[in-house]
Amino acid sequence: MSNNLNILLVGVGGQGTILASKILAEVAQMEGYDVKMTEIHGMAQRGGSVVTQVRMGQKVYSPLIEPGQADYIIAFEQLEALRYLHFLTEEGTAVVNSQKINPMSVITGAAQYPGDVLEKVQSSAKNVVVLDALSIARDLGNTRAVNVVLLGALAKGMKIAKQQWLTALEKTVPARFLDLNLKAFEAGYQA
Amino acid sequence: MSKALLTGNEAIARGAYEYGVLVATAYPGTPSTEILENVANYKEIKAQWSPNEKVALEAAVGAAIGGARTLCAMKHVGVNVAADPLFTFSYTGVNGGLVLISADDPGMHSSQNEQDNRLYARFAKIGLLEPADSQEAKDMVGAALDISERFDVPVLLRTTTRISHSKTLVDLLEPMDRTPKAYKKDAAKFVAIPAHARARHLVVEERLKAMADFSEETELNRIEWADKKIGIITSGIIYQYVKEALPNASILKLGYTNPLPLKKIAVFAKEVEQLWVVEELEPFMEEQIRAAGINVHGGKEQLTNIGELTPSMIRAAIIGEASAVTREATAVAMRPPVLCPGCPHRGVFYALRMNRKVVTGDIGCYTLGALAPLESMDTTICMGASIPSALGMEKAHPELADKLVAVIGDSTFMHSGITGLIDTVYNRGTTTTMILDNSITAMTGHQHHPGTGQTLQGDPAPQVDIEGLCRAVGVKRVRVIDPGDLKALDEAIKEETAVREPSVIITKMPCALIVKQDKPRITVKHDKCVGCRMCMRLGCPAISHADKKSTIDPALCVGCGLCVQVCKFDAMVPEGVQ
Repeated sequence: MSNNLNILLVGVGGQGTILASKILAEVAQMEGYDVKMTEIHGMAQRGGSVVTQVRMGQKVYSPLIEPGQADYIIAFEQLEALRYLHFLTEEGTAVVNSQKINPMSVITGAAQYPGDVLEKVQSSAKNVVVLDALSIARDLGNTRAVNVVLLGALAKGMKIAKQQWLTALEKTVPARFLDLNLKAFEAGYQA
Repeated sequence: MSKALLTGNEAIARGAYEYGVLVATAYPGTPSTEILENVANYKEIKAQWSPNEKVALEAAVGAAIGGARTLCAMKHVGVNVAADPLFTFSYTGVNGGLVLISADDPGMHSSQNEQDNRLYARFAKIGLLEPADSQEAKDMVGAALDISERFDVPVLLRTTTRISHSKTLVDLLEPMDRTPKAYKKDAAKFVAIPAHARARHLVVEERLKAMADFSEETELNRIEWADKKIGIITSGIIYQYVKEALPNASILKLGYTNPLPLKKIAVFAKEVEQLWVVEELEPFMEEQIRAAGINVHGGKEQLTNIGELTPSMIRAAIIGEASAVTREATAVAMRPPVLCPGCPHRGVFYALRMNRKVVTGDIGCYTLGALAPLESMDTTICMGASIPSALGMEKAHPELADKLVAVIGDSTFMHSGITGLIDTVYNRGTTTTMILDNSITAMTGHQHHPGTGQTLQGDPAPQVDIEGLCRAVGVKRVRVIDPGDLKALDEAIKEETAVREPSVIITKMPCALIVKQDKPRITVKHDKCVGCRMCMRLGCPAISHADKKSTIDPALCVGCGLCVQVCKFDAMVPEGVQ
């Protein structure tokens, strides 16, 4: 429908998808793009499925990304990657954190956590980058840096200069966490 | 002029700052909550949480009659609560301008219904504005206040979740003066006794005619000519979807929608081959356009009044072209929100379930107690309904009296629970009310209320004594217990429901997201775990079960200790304990 770049961030409430989308929006503005971002966060703190949609380009009308329209999906959790995979375009890229978080139906035994999620994702999309962002963040000393590790992995596949991302991080992240986040970004970029 | 990427709610707050608002009031409710949270950042504005939406609007009405530019914000169902003052304030009119923000929630992302509050504007005979992005949300705060003062009318600014919670770029301006107008007594206008109100009703009808003329001439309602084969009348976020779906169609974009500019619509209709009215939820515009004798080709017959619309739905309905989706959706386990690890509500619902009570519930995080595995809630209707619903059920089925428990949070009790409790006492109900006091309005993201001892800005405030209040309305049996103690919960529920007089159990523990429990995490001794799954009945996200053994995720556990209490085999132990 348009030439905009569409990025979908999916995960579980509390994983830091919102900060990641803020950094993305900052980069978009620095590139001189129009940008729109929408998220449903009414109950985000309570472990529910969360989705943030970021669209950028010369002129963006609708903030919504529909099935088949996401150029990139950043999935903070395996099952969420599978849930939203049909939003990806044919040529789109999915950056997937291999972390698993059980939904309540799995915890109670009413449903199973599928054993082959990553295989399913990899077999049905052409470009899939899987990384263990949780371990990478843990090695850096703070598991909350998962979001920026994933952004680093996304940035590598995008046509925006790396320096722009670093500047956006400096603008967005509190100073005392900047060093950690720059390392997290680099680790994701190299992963 | 600088630009910022703002949500609709942040933009409305910025609009309050730029367009001279002096007083702003609200009760929290998704998707409206962040409006007042952001207004509170502007120290020039007197902003407050009120106990409920009716009180918020009444305080706003006083400020506007006093001469201040005033903003009042609430979610769509909040307007139901505030409808009483709204309808009569329409008759009296304003002094300083008043804008009422109604944040509607098509799709019910976080609501109990998806009513279309544009209908309120028509019902109350007041102005109506529908922004299509954050820039318009900010601009329309100014427009609403100007219209309010020009036509002596309160104005409804109606957003939807996709406006409230979407960020788009906004130009920032310098603020204008916010000195209030002088107050002058005018009883014939502001004292709504029948004699005065009859005269005011005539004014209201004349005012509507003037507002209709304004609707025809304002640039808030504009035609974007393009290909004239298809012409679309639309408003709000749906304008963006139409631009996305049909970039070549002619559009009549309506920003000011009550009264509708029927002459402008007739002109537009005459020029286009096929006229469509595209709007989310109810056929608010379409019915009026059809009633005016204008030939509408398509609208609600093709586009549902249920849930949110999308650009592809609009494209499919109007030009019959389905979007090219290459991948099938995969059905995977749903992931609804859950009570957090350490949540003080968990033990309450566990105890209610174990005691097989009939539970009339209310609106808040604790509504999640209705979901598996706790599943201990029978009804949830609206803010405050829990206590009178239990009373009514007791009247219908006296034999259920010892089973009925009403469950309500502290913020919801302040909002509209108190009158329900009075009803139970007055009408000789004997049900038990549990007030789940976590000392915050949690579900909407932790807002203060009259029971927390702090204001919107976080300044100290007098604190309502909930226990004393319950006694004051005539409840003799009031006890305060720790919801982290399952035995105490069980005893309290058993004892209070057995007594045939009204009783209140206040469970007091702060929200687990605000006050971190300084307790050791719990670990499972696998040699003692027999796989009985009792701990799984708590529905704690930190506990999982595989191969007949339970495991606790140390990253999630906060050491609340409920699992230690339910485990009959001493398999759950705090870290560091042998």
